[in-house]
Amino acid sequence: MTGGSDENPVLEVRDLNTSFLFPAGEIKALRDVSFEVQRGEIVGLVGESGSGKSITGFSINGLLSPPGQVVSGSIRLHGEDITGLAQAQMRRLRGAKIAMVFQDPMMTLNPVLRIGLQMGDALRAHKTLSEREARARSLAALEEVGIPSAEDRLDAYPHQLSGGMRQRVAVAIALLHAPDLVIMDEPTTALDVTIQGQILALVQRLCRERGTALIWITHDLAVVAGIADRILVMYAGRIVESGTVDAVLDTPAHPYTRGLIDSVPSRRHRGGRLQQIPGRMPALADIPEGCAFQPRCTRATQACLAPQEMRRDGGRAVRCCHPLEELPA
Amino acid sequence: MSGVAAPARPAPARGVWREFLRSPAAVAALATFTAFCLIAIFAPWLAPQNPYDLAQVDIMDSLLPPGSESWGGDPYLLGTDGQGRDMLSAMIYGIRISLVVGLASGIIALAVGTIVGLVAAYRGGWVDTVLMRIVDLQLSFPTILVALILLVILGRGVDKIIFALVVVQWAYFARTVRSVALVESAREYVDAARGQKLGHLRILFGHILPNCLPTMLVVATMQMASAISLEATLSFLGLGLPPTRPSLGLLIANGFDYLQSGRYWISVLPGLVLLAIIVSANVLGDRLRDTLNPHL
Amino acid sequence: MTEFIVKRLLQAMLVLAVMTVLVFFGVNVVGNPVYIFASSECDQPCLDAIMRDLGLDRPIWEQYWVFIGNLLEGDLGNSFTHGVPAMSLIWERLPATLELAFTALLIALAVGLPLGVAAGLRPTHWTSRLIMSFSMLAFSVPIFWIGLIMIIVFSVSLGWMPSVGRGDTIEVLGVDLSFLTLDGLHHLAMPAFTLSLIMMAMVIRLTRAGMREVLFSDYIKFARANGVREGRILSLHVMRNILIPIVTVLGMELGGVIAFAVVVESIFSWPGVGKMLIDAIAVLDRPLIVAYLIFVVIMFVFLNLITDILYSLLDPRVRLGGNAS
Repeated sequence: MTGGSDENPVLEVRDLNTSFLFPAGEIKALRDVSFEVQRGEIVGLVGESGSGKSITGFSINGLLSPPGQVVSGSIRLHGEDITGLAQAQMRRLRGAKIAMVFQDPMMTLNPVLRIGLQMGDALRAHKTLSEREARARSLAALEEVGIPSAEDRLDAYPHQLSGGMRQRVAVAIALLHAPDLVIMDEPTTALDVTIQGQILALVQRLCRERGTALIWITHDLAVVAGIADRILVMYAGRIVESGTVDAVLDTPAHPYTRGLIDSVPSRRHRGGRLQQIPGRMPALADIPEGCAFQPRCTRATQACLAPQEMRRDGGRAVRCCHPLEELPA
Repeated sequence: MSGVAAPARPAPARGVWREFLRSPAAVAALATFTAFCLIAIFAPWLAPQNPYDLAQVDIMDSLLPPGSESWGGDPYLLGTDGQGRDMLSAMIYGIRISLVVGLASGIIALAVGTIVGLVAAYRGGWVDTVLMRIVDLQLSFPTILVALILLVILGRGVDKIIFALVVVQWAYFARTVRSVALVESAREYVDAARGQKLGHLRILFGHILPNCLPTMLVVATMQMASAISLEATLSFLGLGLPPTRPSLGLLIANGFDYLQSGRYWISVLPGLVLLAIIVSANVLGDRLRDTLNPHL
Repeated sequence: MTEFIVKRLLQAMLVLAVMTVLVFFGVNVVGNPVYIFASSECDQPCLDAIMRDLGLDRPIWEQYWVFIGNLLEGDLGNSFTHGVPAMSLIWERLPATLELAFTALLIALAVGLPLGVAAGLRPTHWTSRLIMSFSMLAFSVPIFWIGLIMIIVFSVSLGWMPSVGRGDTIEVLGVDLSFLTLDGLHHLAMPAFTLSLIMMAMVIRLTRAGMREVLFSDYIKFARANGVREGRILSLHVMRNILIPIVTVLGMELGGVIAFAVVVESIFSWPGVGKMLIDAIAVLDRPLIVAYLIFVVIMFVFLNLITDILYSLLDPRVRLGGNAS
C-alpha cells in the first residue's frame, strides 16, 4: 500500500462504495474511495459541493441519512473493521474515537438546550460523571478553546453566542473525549475570514498537541494549503488525486486539480485572467463509466471513456490517463 | 454539506390527472363524491317520498325499522323516523341540503377570500397589513365559536347558515390566496406584464389568479368537507337549519332521542352517509394536494 | 421579559376592545336588542319599558359605554329561566367544562405524542400510514358523530359506560370534581375521549412533522456524532424542540376545545357551560346566551395571551430575545 509510514494507520478506508438506495433506483455517491490517515496527520479532503466529501465523513462515522448506505468496501479504525458495526457499537465509537464538526455553527448546537447541558450529554455518553464533574470538565474544555468567561457560557443558550464562539464550542465538544480521529466538515466556511483563521489555528494546535488525526473537508484550497499534510482531491464521488500538500499544489497531476488551483485568485497571477473550469460537475445520478471530468477536460481523448485506474508513485496517486505529471500506471 | 437530491419527479400538467388516478383510494373517493352529487341533483326523482310534503307522511308509520312496509303497502327500505318520514327519502333530501350548504358557502367564501387575498398581495402596504390583521383575528377564534355567535344572533335558516359558514371560511381562503399570489407576483412574468402596462385587473385575473388555481382547488375541497361537517354539527345542536328542511346533521339529531331505545337506524344511517361525504372529500383533497403539489 | 408580557397584554386588550365592539354591534345592530333581552311573552308596553331601561333612546356611543361599564363590573344581566345573575351561573358550571377540557388535553397528549413519534420515526412503515389515516379521520369526522357511535357501542350495546352526567363528585376547595371518584372517572372517560380526538389528531400531525424536521437537523446529527444515546436524543434533544410548537398550538386550541365542549356536553349531558348554552338557546334565555358568548370571547383572548407567555418560557430564543451575532 502506498503513502504514510509503516505503523498501523488510525483510519484506513478501502474501496468504499456508498449509495443512496431510492425506490426509483440506486444513486452512487462514493465509488472506490481509498485512503488512510496516520496518527497526528492532517488530511485535506478537497472538492466541489456534491463531490462526496461530506458523504465520506458520514460513511466513516456511520451517520449516513437513509437511504444512504455503505454498499461495499471497508473502513478500519486502528486496524479494526468498523464497516458493519451495529448502531449501538458505532455509538460507543462516536465522540469517543471518531468526532465530527459540521459546517454551520448556527445549526450545530441545539437551540433550546443550554451549552452546559449539551456538553454534559456528550461527556456522559461515554463516561459516568456527576453533575459537578461534568461541569468542571466542560468548563476546562471551553477554556481550552479560548472562550472568555466560560462559566457564564455554560448556562447560555447557543443563540446568545456569536458564530465563531459557537464553532469553538462545537470544537470543544468534539475534542471532549480526546478522540483518535476528528472529521471537520467545512468548519470555517460559514465564518468571517478572521474568525476562520482563529479556528484553523486552534484546531491545528489542539490536534498537534494530542496527536489527533484530522480529516479537514473543504472546497477551499487556501485553507488546505495552510493546515494539511496531505491532500485528497475528490470529483464526482471519486478520489482523483492524492499526495502531500506541496506535491499536489505545486505540481498537480490531474487536470481537475490544475483547474481548481487556477481558479483561485493569487498574488502571482495578479492582473492576469482567472482561469475557470468550463461546465459543471455531473449530477451523481448520471456519472459516466470513464473519467467523470472528461466532458470538461481540455486533454480528453477516446481513452478517457474507459474506466480509469489509480496510477501511483510513492505518496502520489492520480486517476487520469493523460496526467499533467507522468506517474507510472 | 453536500447532499444528494432525489431523482426529480416530473409533474407536467397533463400528467396530473393520470397521477391522480393512480391512487385507488382517491378514485373510490371521487366515485363516492360524484355519486352523492348526482343523488343531490336528482333528489326529487330518486326519493320515493317528498319528506317536505306533510300530506305524504303518515304519523302511524313512525319509528318503523328498515325493511318495513307502510300502511299503504309501500316499502320503507331504510325505515322511518319519529314523524313517520321515510328515512331513505329524508336522507336523499338531507344529502341535497348538506351539499348545497357546503358548496354554496364554499364558493362564496372562495370568491370573497380570493378577492381579499389578491388585493392584499397586489396592493401591499397598509392595505395588506389591515386586511391580514383582520384575517389573523378571525382565524384566532375557533370556527365553531364564530358560527355559534352568528347563528344565535341571526337565527335559523338555510341563508343564515350559509352566511355563517362564509364568515367562518373566507379568512382561510384569503390568507392562502395571498401567500400564493405573493409568490406569483414576484415572478418575472408579472414584471413583464407590468412592463407592458397591462391593466391591474388584467394582471390580477389574467396572470396571477390562474397560477393560484391549483392551491385554491385543494383548499376549497378541504374547506368544503369541514363546512359540511360544521353545518352538520350546528344543525345537530339545533342551531343551523329549520326542522322543516332537515340536513343530515338534523336527521342525526332527530334520531338521537331514540338511540337509548335501540332505534339506531334513525341516527346511524344519515351518520354513515355524512361520514362517507366528509371522508371522500378529505381523501380527494389530500390526493389533489399530492398531485398538484401546491406549497401549503 | 416584563416588556414582552406588557406588550402582549396591550395586544390582548386591543383584541378585547375590538371584540366587545363586534359583539355590541352584533347585538344592537344586526339583531334587535329588545328581543334579545325581552322574554317571549313580552307585549308592546313591556317592550317600550325595556327600550327605556336599556337606554336605547340615547346615542349609540353612549349605549356602548354603558355596555362596557356593566361588562367591567361583571354585570351581564339576569337569566330569565334561573332568575339569578348570568355570570354566577357560568361560574357555577365552568368547573365541569374545564375538567372535561383538561382531561381531553391530557388524553390528547398521552396518546398523540407517542403515536406522532412513532409515525415520525418510520414515516413509510404501514403502522405510520395507519396512524396518519386515524389522524385524518379524527380531524375531519364531526365529533358529535363519534360521540354518538361511542354511546351506541359502549352504552347501549355493551352497557359498559354511562352516557349521561358527571357521576359522583367530590368537593375540593368549593369546586365539584368528577375525576377523584371511580364513578366520576367512569362518566368522564367517554366525553373526554371524544373531545380529545381533534387535539389528538393535531398532536399527532405536529409531532410527526416536528420529528421529520428536527431528526434531520444538524444539531441532532451533531449530538449523534458525539455518541449521545438515542433514547436521550429523542426524549430531550428532539422532544424539547417539538414541544414548543405543540404547546403553542394546544394552548390556542384549548379555547376551541372549550367551544367544541358545547357539542360533547350536549351529547353526553355533561353539566358544563356548553350544555347550559344549548339549554339557554332552546328556551331563548337571551341574557344567559349573551353572557356566555362574551365570557368565552374574554377567556379565549386570555388563553391566547397565556399561550404566548408559555411559549416564550419554553423557547429561549424568544425568552431571552436578541441575537448575539
